[in-house]
Amino acid sequence: MRVLMFGWEFPPHISGGLGTACYGLTRGMSSIPDLDVKFVVPKAWGDEDKSKVEDIIGANNISVNGKRLRVSHFSKQLDYVEVESKLVPYVDPEDYWRLRSLQVGETFRFLQTDHEGKFHFTGKYGTTLLEEIRNYAIIANIIAQDNDFDVIHAHDWLTYPAGIAAKEATGKPLVVHVHATDFDRSGGSVNPVVYDIERRGMHAADKVITVSNLTRNIVIEKYGVPAEKVVTVYNAVDPLKKEYTGFGPKTIDEKIVTFLGRITMQKGPEYFIEAAHKVLQRMPNVRFVMAGSGDMMEKMIRRAASLKITDRFHFTGFLRGQDVYQMLSMSDLYVMPSVSEPFGISPLEAMQSNVPVLISYQSGVSEILKYAIKTDFWDIDAMADAMYGVLNYPSLQNLFAKYGKEEVDSLKWENSAVKIKQIYDSVVRH
Amino acid sequence: MKNICLYFELHQPVKLRRYRFFDIGNDHYYYDDYANESNINRLAHTCYLPANRILLDLIKKYKGKFSVAFSISGTMLDQLKLYAPEVIDSFKELAKTKHVEFLAETSAHSLASLRNPEEFKRQVAQQVKNIEDTFGQVPVVFRNTELIYSDYIGEVVSQMGFKAILSEGAKQVLGWKSSNYLYCNAVEPRLKVLMKNYALSDDIALRFSNQAWDSWPLTADKFKSWLDGVPANEEVINLFMNYEAFGGVHSQESGILSFLSSLPQVVLCDKNYAFTTPSKAASALQPVSAIHVPNPTSWVDEERDVTAWLGNEMQNEAVDKLYDLVPLVEQCTDQSLLKDWQYLQSSDHFYYMGTKFFANGARAYNNPYQTPYEAFINYMNVLTDFAQRLRQSVPSANVEVETLQKTIAQQQKEIQDLEKQLVKAGIATKSAVKKTTTKSKKTEEKEPAKATTRKRTTTKK
Repeated sequence: MRVLMFGWEFPPHISGGLGTACYGLTRGMSSIPDLDVKFVVPKAWGDEDKSKVEDIIGANNISVNGKRLRVSHFSKQLDYVEVESKLVPYVDPEDYWRLRSLQVGETFRFLQTDHEGKFHFTGKYGTTLLEEIRNYAIIANIIAQDNDFDVIHAHDWLTYPAGIAAKEATGKPLVVHVHATDFDRSGGSVNPVVYDIERRGMHAADKVITVSNLTRNIVIEKYGVPAEKVVTVYNAVDPLKKEYTGFGPKTIDEKIVTFLGRITMQKGPEYFIEAAHKVLQRMPNVRFVMAGSGDMMEKMIRRAASLKITDRFHFTGFLRGQDVYQMLSMSDLYVMPSVSEPFGISPLEAMQSNVPVLISYQSGVSEILKYAIKTDFWDIDAMADAMYGVLNYPSLQNLFAKYGKEEVDSLKWENSAVKIKQIYDSVVRH
Repeated sequence: MKNICLYFELHQPVKLRRYRFFDIGNDHYYYDDYANESNINRLAHTCYLPANRILLDLIKKYKGKFSVAFSISGTMLDQLKLYAPEVIDSFKELAKTKHVEFLAETSAHSLASLRNPEEFKRQVAQQVKNIEDTFGQVPVVFRNTELIYSDYIGEVVSQMGFKAILSEGAKQVLGWKSSNYLYCNAVEPRLKVLMKNYALSDDIALRFSNQAWDSWPLTADKFKSWLDGVPANEEVINLFMNYEAFGGVHSQESGILSFLSSLPQVVLCDKNYAFTTPSKAASALQPVSAIHVPNPTSWVDEERDVTAWLGNEMQNEAVDKLYDLVPLVEQCTDQSLLKDWQYLQSSDHFYYMGTKFFANGARAYNNPYQTPYEAFINYMNVLTDFAQRLRQSVPSANVEVETLQKTIAQQQKEIQDLEKQLVKAGIATKSAVKKTTTKSKKTEEKEPAKATTRKRTTTKK
């Protein structure tokens, strides 16, 4: 079976959990015989790890010159559309050759390409994001015509339009993979444009995969997708790399509690600070670390200062690679108080480093972990109590170090891949 | 003639309230009154009162042919007195018939038998007094918390003057043997051992209302036919269970109460059957052999061992920390502290910390915690506060004694280790080897005796 998979990022060029998850998944799928994955990203840098996928296609390398967009299979009657040059008013003559027009039905749209007819993609999450998503979809339509495959798999809302376009071009079944929804990112006040893209993707899909039952419920309730169409496949975690182990014992005789992640509303950093404040009132020899950056960082620093705990509360900024694991190796407890976390791979990475984890019930990963302490994200008292318990009653830490590692090692991408293969089988018409 | 020995356990822990670490040192009240009161009241009305009424009617109807045995923990008696005194009255009425036997146990429903024999003996004496004061009976048969039994526990119990003890008819102990005979303790043959028939007991206690069970629905006639299936020469069928099975674990709608009232009628129609109580069975029957139980058994979980309470690091830390306090408690005279000491020892607190995630016995249904970690943290917070109060209430001079005792114990251990090294090095002669090894074995077994002598030496100092 051949899969055309649309993602937004692929290691080593990743900025969040999405790229990690996509990579892990393709790695797991490579263990299944007769399953070939063509992975499409907006911008291919050329140094991606191609060992586990059949090919990596960069949308920035595909030209639209002389191509026709086929949209007949899926939508009702949008005729063949030709990409051709048109006169564009109010444009600098020098820019003229870079603009192509696109006629959809009765309207014309003008697209900016380079002289080879290729789009420029950044592959980032910048100001031109919506434009890139749209261009990505156009390229997807062309890629779908040029390649042979059985099923389309689109990861997260950025690629849903591309998935739909590929389905329109070929009529092949579409599976969309929900790693997060805008309800998670925004805390309820969704961006209507994003919501609309997400909703259309889910409804156009033949099957929707969610990373937890938490997300599954959101997809069913908030996006009105029929429950039987939505299937949960939990994420997993890659085995710990050698270079990320063996940091030696920590040298300071103080306990360290760590928050590691983007400092944004979704991750609940303020609850971590409040709980830390409660613990510090009763325990002198403990330090709290907030590693990461984000739009709430300044606010958090001000809050820590107003609570007068900054002598025991540290901000490290964004950590990557080895620094993350060095931080974990020093930690006595890892805390993820997320307000809404579709899955959350990072506690699993902490457990791999033998660090006990405290996670919120509002995270998808809490549905599968047994050797983790769980509280509600808003229950600061319970969170503080759990922190105090782990730091003061040593048997808890021993228990987690012993069994938590075992538990996390049993979560394998291969198992997730097998489930996804079953989903493909259910949608592919023979 | 087959004897049916019915025994029911009554125990409910005093549940702890959510006790945060910032309460340590600030708030010394540990209990969730609302949960405890509603739990006891619910059980009183769905189970204890209606079931007692049925038993009383049966005893009156059969004039001596029907009898049962109970154990009610001291912790449970306290709660009944506080929240449902009418249940105590109804038990008193049962006691008056003379066909109801009350068994001894630890007043705190504790694990003291596994950790501290001195404390264990004290709690048993306390419970004997409780039963005598409340029901006017002196118990002669002992049942340990959750039917925990081993040769050593039997030995201690026998020394206290009990003539029989109840135990689980665990597979790993009985092997090919049948539970339906009287056995005796391997060390002290005077102590008789009654083995629970777990298959038949659990049919009633655990499976009765399970509609997925292939024998559902269970009727008294069906159960009688299973009793008939027991070989005719086997003497006593011990049916031991939680009293909460009758209306608590299995709701009244499942028909459990009518099962309770009709079973004796069905059984007593057959001349080959009689009802007995543990003390009557122990004096009437002859033990067929000694039963060897080197490792403690219990009536909980598939394993029938003590891992339900002492199975992981959290449980061991909590129990160790608790019984480390014994020397201080011995010197404590504050009644409210001693009550807390009793309530904190309920085995249930440790059961809630269990990480056998797939075990769900009759005990799991009442668990107030969502995870074992929550149970552990909450308990340890309470224990930390309790230990602080205890230290404050005991005069500082006594604390010195405690530290001295610790150093003596440490030195004792060092001496033992050195002796062992000597033996290994082969310096000692053969006879000396024998002596030292037997000695060290004895010292291990007679740890309690050592503790008292240790105390004496320190006071002399």
